[in-house]
Amino acid sequence: MPELTYVEALNEALHEEMARDEKVFLMGEDVAFDYFGVCSGLADRFGRDRVRDTPICELGFTGAGVGAAMAGFRPIVDLRFMDFTTYALDPIVNQAAKLRYMLGGQLSVPMVARIPSGAGLQYGATHGQSLEAWFMQVPGLKVLYPSCAPDAKGLLKAAVRDDNPVMFIEHRLLYAQKTKQSVPEGDHTTPIGVADVKRVGVDATIVGIGYQMGHCLEAAEALAVEGIECEVIDPLSLSPLDVETITASVRKTSRCVIVEEGHLRSGVGAEISAAIQEAVFEYLDAPIGRVAALMAPIPVQTKLEKFVLPSTEKVIAAVRKTLGVAA
Amino acid sequence: MVKSNSGLSRKRLGEMYRTMLRIRRFEETADDLYMAGKVVGGVHVSIGQEACSAGVCAALREDDAVLTTHRGHGHSIAKGTRLPEMLAELMGKVTGLCRSKGGSMHIADVSKGHYGAHSIVGANMPMAAGIGLAYQLEGKDRVAVVFFGDGASNNGAFHEAMNLCAIWKLPVVFFCENNQYAVSVPAEYSTSVDDISVRSKGYDAPGLTVDGMDVAAVYEASREAVSHARRGLGPSLVEAKTYRFFGHSRGDPHYGMYRTKEEWEGWKERDPLIVCEKMLKMTAKQKKAHADAVEAEIREAIEFAENSPEPEESVALEDIFA
Repeated sequence: MPELTYVEALNEALHEEMARDEKVFLMGEDVAFDYFGVCSGLADRFGRDRVRDTPICELGFTGAGVGAAMAGFRPIVDLRFMDFTTYALDPIVNQAAKLRYMLGGQLSVPMVARIPSGAGLQYGATHGQSLEAWFMQVPGLKVLYPSCAPDAKGLLKAAVRDDNPVMFIEHRLLYAQKTKQSVPEGDHTTPIGVADVKRVGVDATIVGIGYQMGHCLEAAEALAVEGIECEVIDPLSLSPLDVETITASVRKTSRCVIVEEGHLRSGVGAEISAAIQEAVFEYLDAPIGRVAALMAPIPVQTKLEKFVLPSTEKVIAAVRKTLGVAA
Repeated sequence: MVKSNSGLSRKRLGEMYRTMLRIRRFEETADDLYMAGKVVGGVHVSIGQEACSAGVCAALREDDAVLTTHRGHGHSIAKGTRLPEMLAELMGKVTGLCRSKGGSMHIADVSKGHYGAHSIVGANMPMAAGIGLAYQLEGKDRVAVVFFGDGASNNGAFHEAMNLCAIWKLPVVFFCENNQYAVSVPAEYSTSVDDISVRSKGYDAPGLTVDGMDVAAVYEASREAVSHARRGLGPSLVEAKTYRFFGHSRGDPHYGMYRTKEEWEGWKERDPLIVCEKMLKMTAKQKKAHADAVEAEIREAIEFAENSPEPEESVALEDIFA
C-alpha cells in the first residue's frame, strides 16, 4: 500500500473522484491555488471550469452548490475555515438539508461541503472553531470527520458518491502532519456510519473525534505503560452515528471518556454520552467523562489556547478519573 | 418604464390571459379554503401580480427552470404545475406535490422545471446561480429564472448571486416583482434606489423596469432577458412594478394598516386581467368561455384535493435521505 500524508490522501481522493465522474466539480475561495495543498494539481488537470475559484461569498457559492446539486451535478464546496460556515448556514441548514424532504422526495442534493476546522495555530476565536455538533442537530445532513490518511481518502470518496449533503470536516493541524500512513490502493471507499476501533483494550473506552484521535492514542499509549488498557474508538461519522460499536465497547470496559475539540456544552460528547447511557446504563461503573474545549472563545495567545483546548494530559486525567486511579 | 408595443398575436396574448385567470381563480380558491380552515399552514396569494407569472413563463421553454418565493402559486401555475396536486399540497394531503411536507411555501414540480418555492427570502437566488452553472457546464442552452420581491433585493444573497452570475456569464434571469412592500415596510423606505433594476449596473448586467400590470410588457422584457441568457451573455435583472391586492398574508387587511385605500384603488384600476381584456378587446362571450374553462379546472382540483387522504404518520420520517 502507498504511504500518504493526510493532505495527500485527500488530494488523491479528489483526483480520483473528479476523474471518475465528470459531474463532480470543486469550488471555493483559492481552490485553484490551494495553499493548504489539498487541491494540488486539480486545476491543471481538470481545468478552471471544474476547479473554480469563487469570490469571497460563502452564502453565494454554497447556495450555488446546492443549486448545481439540484440540477444533477455533484459539487464539492470548499469552505476554507469552519468559522466561515456561519455565512453559509442558510444554504446548508435550510436548503441542502431540507430540500429533499420539503419537496417530498422530488430531488436530492448530493453536495459535499469540505470544512477545514480546528484550533492550535493561534488563529483565534474566528478561525479556530470546531462547530461539528451544530450540524449533527440537523436532520438531512451527514457529518463526517476523519482523523487519519486512510480514513480521509476512503471517506471523502464515499462522501462524493453519496446522494445526500455531506459535511466533510478536516483539521488544519492534520494538514500540517508530515507523517505518512498506508492507504489502500485503488477504488477503496470507507463506509459512512461505521465507527473504527483504533486500539483494543478492556479497562476503559475512549471515543475520540477527528483531530483529537491523536491525543487519545497518545493517552492510551501512556496509560498502557501503567497497565491500563484503553479501547480507542473513532466514530468517523458523527451523523449517522454508529452507536452500536461504541456501546459494544462500553459493555466490555464499563467506563468511557469522550474527547472532542468543540465546546463542551451540548457538544458531540453530550450526544454520545446520552446514547451510551440510554443503551447500556447498567454496564457503566462510573460517570461518562468528557474532554472538550472549555466554554471560552478560542484565544490567540499560545498558552491560553492550550489551556482552553483538549490535550493528551487532559485525556489521561479523565481516564484516571473514570477509573478512580490517582496519578 | 417600458410599456408593451403589443406586437403579440391575439392567440399568444389570449393564452397569457388564460394563465392569469387560472392563477386568479386558484388564488381566490386557496384563500376561500384557507378561511374555511381547510388549508394547512400559511398562504400568500399573488392576486394582482398575475401578469408577472404569466408574462415571464410565456417566454420560457419547458426545459428551462424557475425558482420562486413564498408567494409562488402564480409562478408555479404559469410554469405548468398541476393544479390538483398543488391544491392537495395546500390542504395537507398525501397526494400533494410534496407529499404534504412542503405546503404552500415550498410548492415544486421538478418534472416541469419548477425547482421550488423557497420561503427564506433571497435564498433562491444563489440556488438559481447554481442551476445556471449546471446548465453552462452541461453546455446546454437552458435558462433559469428566479423570482423575488423588492424586499429580497436588499438581501446579501441577491448581490452575491448577481455577482457570481455576472462573472461567470451564467444563464440566469433575475425577475424582481416590486410589489412596493416587504410585508409592511415600503420599498421607498427600505431600498436605496427608485428603480431596483438599476442595481444591475453594479454587476455590469442589463437592467429593465417594466409595467408589471401589463402582461405583454412583462413578456417582451422577459423574452429579451431570456434570449440574452440563452445566448451565453449572462444574467439580466428585470423589475416589474406591481401590487398585491391582498395583504401580505391573511393576518393583514387589503388596506388601512400600511397602505391607503386611495393607493389600493389606484392599483386596482390597473388590474392585469382588466388591462389584458382591454388589449384584446374581449367580448362578454369570450370572457365567459375563458371563465368556464378555468372553472372546470378549479372544480377538478378541488375535487381531487378534497377526496385525497391525509398522510400516514410514517410519511414524516420519509424523504429525509436519498
